[in-house]
Amino acid sequence: MAKEAQKEKSMILQKEMVEGLFNQLATAKEDGKKVCYTFIPGNLSELIRTFDMLPVYPEINALQSAMRKKSGGYIKEAEKNAHSEDVCTYVKCDVGMMMKGNIGPTGQKIPEPDVLLLSYTGCFTFLKWFETLKREYPNAKVIMVHTPYQENAEITPEMTQYMVKQLKEEVIPQMEEVSGIKFDEEKLKAHLRLSKEAEDWITKIFDTTKHKPSPIDAYFAGVYYIGPINIGFRGTEQAVEYYKELYSEIQDRIKNGLGPITPEGEMKEEKYRLVVEGPPNWTSFREFWKIFYDMGAVIVASSYTKVGGVYDMGWRHDANRPLESLAEYCMNCYTNMNIPQRIDLLSKCIEDYDADGYVTNSIKSCNSFSAGQLGMMREIEDRLEVPVGFIESDLVDPRYFSYSNIKNRLESYFQMLAQRKSMEKETV
Amino acid sequence: MKKYYLGIDLGSTTSKAVIIDENDEILGRGITNTRANYKVAADIAKEEAIYDARFTLLSNAIRKDMDQKPEFKKYMEDIRSVFQYRQFKRRMDSLEQLLKQTVSEFEYENKDAIASELNKIIETIRPQIRKEFLIENLGSKNQFFRDIVSERYNEEVEKLDKEFYEPLLLAFDKSITPVENEMVKYNFKELVNESMAELEEKYEGLADQQEDGSKEDWYWAELNAVKNNYKNVEYTIREHIEDIANEDIYIAKMVGTGYGRALLPFPEDCIKSEILCHAFGAHAVFPDTRTVLDIGGQDTKAIQVDKNGLVTSFHMNDRCAAGCGRYLGYIADEFGISLNELGPEAMKADKETTICSTCTVFAGAEVKELLHNGEKRPNILAGLHKAIVQRAMSLIARSGGVRNEFTFTGGVARNQAVLKYVKQMVTDAYGEVTMNIHTDSIFMGALGGAMFARRNISVDLPVNEKKTV
Repeated sequence: MAKEAQKEKSMILQKEMVEGLFNQLATAKEDGKKVCYTFIPGNLSELIRTFDMLPVYPEINALQSAMRKKSGGYIKEAEKNAHSEDVCTYVKCDVGMMMKGNIGPTGQKIPEPDVLLLSYTGCFTFLKWFETLKREYPNAKVIMVHTPYQENAEITPEMTQYMVKQLKEEVIPQMEEVSGIKFDEEKLKAHLRLSKEAEDWITKIFDTTKHKPSPIDAYFAGVYYIGPINIGFRGTEQAVEYYKELYSEIQDRIKNGLGPITPEGEMKEEKYRLVVEGPPNWTSFREFWKIFYDMGAVIVASSYTKVGGVYDMGWRHDANRPLESLAEYCMNCYTNMNIPQRIDLLSKCIEDYDADGYVTNSIKSCNSFSAGQLGMMREIEDRLEVPVGFIESDLVDPRYFSYSNIKNRLESYFQMLAQRKSMEKETV
Repeated sequence: MKKYYLGIDLGSTTSKAVIIDENDEILGRGITNTRANYKVAADIAKEEAIYDARFTLLSNAIRKDMDQKPEFKKYMEDIRSVFQYRQFKRRMDSLEQLLKQTVSEFEYENKDAIASELNKIIETIRPQIRKEFLIENLGSKNQFFRDIVSERYNEEVEKLDKEFYEPLLLAFDKSITPVENEMVKYNFKELVNESMAELEEKYEGLADQQEDGSKEDWYWAELNAVKNNYKNVEYTIREHIEDIANEDIYIAKMVGTGYGRALLPFPEDCIKSEILCHAFGAHAVFPDTRTVLDIGGQDTKAIQVDKNGLVTSFHMNDRCAAGCGRYLGYIADEFGISLNELGPEAMKADKETTICSTCTVFAGAEVKELLHNGEKRPNILAGLHKAIVQRAMSLIARSGGVRNEFTFTGGVARNQAVLKYVKQMVTDAYGEVTMNIHTDSIFMGALGGAMFARRNISVDLPVNEKKTV
């Protein structure tokens, strides 16, 4: 029997924030609030807030549905409506949820969109996803921004200008039109200042895994930590408060030499430190996590916690360059980086956080993540000589999580690490 | 007291046991295809390995004579096969009894006629199998009890009137599994004595045989030597047999691996991943191995190891069984032939029929279609074998390719056609590399387990060894 999860103050704060957002969404139409559907990577959270709109993140709804064991049914519903087995399961889960009345993870109805804002085009599925939603919600305005890929491992001034032009000429005028609110640059700047503050805090938080034992798990707990900054609270006081509180709790853990909190309490002994690439499986999130903490494995960095923004390398939102920094933000999300950049970033994580190994969770239905994963793994293995592991599952389709296969692979992997460690001890 | 170490590999299709001594020398091997619970499978494999170990001890005791005198060498080869026959015979007695009982409980109207046909079959196949063990060395062909009996039994059933098909096949299906799962204990000394008696009979009968030019000269030389001198060998064996039969094969440590490892009644630290065990075993036998391909019953593993036999990375098939041993099992069923016949049949092909289906089950339907269209059976089989190896090649590529010496392990490595395509495709993709395939390929996991056991579990490596020695 799993013990009751430990609740820290930050967890309660986060719960309140999320509940507050869904409450607002539930009454948005009565309150005359406009609703903007958008995706996590490259999300223009500050701009949405500047126009007093409420954000809805379909992929967050999908993963929440999965954690509540509802995604399987939603996916079947979408497949009944001709969505192929190979389509991204976030999409199918979302479409299925819509078909079943669009009741969100909190049990409240999610309002129809006034705007479908696509500000990241690195994931081609996003385009198709909104095309589907557009057919269902013909009154919603579709705003699409083309985000150039970092093909040459850089964001050039031309790329930024190209995006700023789209923001000025396409996004802002249409947002004004839908919301009936005039664009207020000062208001945007205020949000950007708070964004930077939250980004500073979250960077410090993920940097605490330098400690041994690591006070946090940067993947399984990390996906909770990135919640506020990703789901529309970036640019708010609430987010800054949340991260300050979280940071101070982590400091306490460090002072007391404590390891991460798991659903079954403190992790007793840190045996292995890992860096994980790829999203987690959401349908069996607890079982998946348990395989790791039962073996004393803690994740010291993960690529998935960077999908909503890569802050490790020093990049921040900048109130002095409001539209430029929004443009850069869109281009700077993890999956918009080219493969060598991702390798460099993850190699840096492995070195900075003294990781023992590198594990890839390959997701059946996610092209954005899967493309290049094997090559990245090989390159990291060659470059750093760390033991690498490879497992396969899916985002929210419960049919593609094979517990025994994953456990079998991971057990072998951990024994491989143990072997390696004992050898290192001998040769030291 | 001498210490021995046991590795048990509980696979999805077969369970293997290996016993090694303190120098990592393999003393005994045991294998069973029982589908009973893993505990029974482990026990059967272990018992078999212990008998085999005693045999090795016996051979070691007279090693000098074996090296110098052809009659000793030949006698020991022969007696091993006869010994296997005697073991087989015990199980066959059980099967005969159960078959008769099953038939007696039938409610068919022609029950008596069925019983009489059953008797005839048994009377036909028993001496046939005995002859194959004694003269044709059936024991060396690595066949399971079920395969040996069913092949001959079915052959006889097919000769009968159709009315007997169903009841006789039903009787076999009902009886074979409990017999396979039965733990048959033997007295080693008794069995060796029985074997010697069988051999006496064999060698005496040899007097009438003529050299017919069908065999190499050394064959006749050995045979003549043993024919004239077997009494000497018997005498020497009798000198040792008491000690060896009574020797306590003390298993100091054991390690379990394979799919069923979690179900073994072993302490947690005596259970190891089959990936590590296969790699360690393969590396022990071929120390320059850097890439190991293991094709087992339900999974295929491509493993990269370093110079110490430590796994650096591995890749396994996750979402599909096409490319593992079970695929071959399924195909054998589709063709109505035994697993052992698949490879030789495929080797007769003059070309490989392209098999489009990437799915085991769909391949079955495709095979029917191809046969219907007049494709030759060996060609289809060759195509299927090639398809499996293509799957394995993709896993090898995903795990990092073949970097240096390449070792192929697992039950499927016994299949000649698979071997042929592995050799061909590895060479095509990676150029000329040393490729190792060992007769003990199927035991590599168990061997690795035993070696971990000897190193006192905690993982331990050649490097550590040197320091402590």
